[in-house]
Amino acid sequence: MFRRSILALLAVCVVGLPKAVAQRAPTIAAAANLNFALTEIARQFERDNGAHVDVVFSASGTLTRQIRDGAPFQMFLAADEEFPNQLTAAGLTRDAGVVYAIGRLVLFAPAGSPLTVDERLDGLSRLLKAGGVTRFAIANPDVAPYGRAAEAALRTRGLWDAIRSRLVLGDSIAQAAQFATTGNAVGGLIAYSLVKEPAFADKGKYALVPQADHPPLRQRMVLLKRAAPVVEQFYTYMQGAAARAVLVKNGYGVPE
Amino acid sequence: MDWAALRISLWLGTGTIVILLPFGVWFGRLLAVRNFRGKLLVEALVTVPLVLPPTVLGFYLLVTFGARSPVGQAFQALVGHPLPFSFQGLLLASAIANIPFVVQPVQRGFEAIPSTVREAAACCGLTPWQQFRRIELPLAWPGVLTASILAFAHTLGEFGVVLMVGGNLPGQTRTLSVAIYDRMQAFDDRSAGVMAATLLVISVATLMATTALSRRVSPSRG
Repeated sequence: MFRRSILALLAVCVVGLPKAVAQRAPTIAAAANLNFALTEIARQFERDNGAHVDVVFSASGTLTRQIRDGAPFQMFLAADEEFPNQLTAAGLTRDAGVVYAIGRLVLFAPAGSPLTVDERLDGLSRLLKAGGVTRFAIANPDVAPYGRAAEAALRTRGLWDAIRSRLVLGDSIAQAAQFATTGNAVGGLIAYSLVKEPAFADKGKYALVPQADHPPLRQRMVLLKRAAPVVEQFYTYMQGAAARAVLVKNGYGVPE
Repeated sequence: MDWAALRISLWLGTGTIVILLPFGVWFGRLLAVRNFRGKLLVEALVTVPLVLPPTVLGFYLLVTFGARSPVGQAFQALVGHPLPFSFQGLLLASAIANIPFVVQPVQRGFEAIPSTVREAAACCGLTPWQQFRRIELPLAWPGVLTASILAFAHTLGEFGVVLMVGGNLPGQTRTLSVAIYDRMQAFDDRSAGVMAATLLVISVATLMATTALSRRVSPSRG
């Protein structure tokens, strides 16, 4: 009986495996700050054009590494310019791409947190001096441009050295936002586009960090060499009025 | 609920067993009945995936088979896509990670057979293959069964190496365990919760099935 069941298992496998690995809709890699905005844009794109694209969200640095190692993404929307430029320099992209959005950083404090939010990070500075900062969330600056911007903003206010030992680093800005919004940290420096989501309205308070406090989060996108026509279409769609409206609604600046 | 992810997880578990079991039975038996020079080292090598972090396996697979390595480029030229970020790549990673889970129970199963039984079988004129198929395999079956279930259950729970080598591609390498992480990152706690509960139920059911089956198998024949 057992031998027969093993044989049956084997047969099912041989027949069924190709289905599991069958080609799917083209896959696009996107920086985690785009989680809500791009999901909405992809849905609109599907409605307007009848074509579906799968989007995988992660930190820009992680995605860059994966693309260099051969991941089958056809387009890459980064949170900065440096990571896509690396891919262009490595000859993996169609061209240098285009800046599609300018991101913003916010200081976020979850409901019930002792942290008061203001754009100059004064409340954070006070709480830090009082020893009230147990954990503070940012994205890992090595792989996430928003983490790098957070580090720069903390340095601008002279808080970096004092807060370093209190930082929890998210794998991506989405994980940092998770830490900051679930009350596992007193707060965090996270993407405006994530906290602007209606679902976040009751999770806490935030203040926009001035853009002068960190290098601008100019977000560039590139088509990769293997991009299919549908993906080229999506690339064009991203620069159109419909997509730009969603980006603006989600708190991004858009290039002229 | 991400049905594609559930399907991929189940296929990965089944595929791992199919790939690993023939090797595991052959090798586990070899370790059980033979003594040879360097056996200690071989046994350590077989067990090492048990103690190494999955990141070590992920690192070596990416470095060896990534698009930037000669091996990876040769593989891509041959098959048309790189090994990492594909289902086949996950299968390979999973097969390696599960070697100890398969070989060890099989080895224990064959070790439990007294050598007198084997000798008696040989005296009766059974060929080595008949001896293996009619005498040893039925006696060692509880070990083989445990090995299969452990490998299956462990594959369902594999996370680090799947994320590293697979890259979370929907419909291709996004297993249920990775989908839970993905939904968490997307602030979709409801889906994550449903999938976590599903995985919990499958795991408990799998382990219950093992216990029940091995109880049925071992006392009557062992």
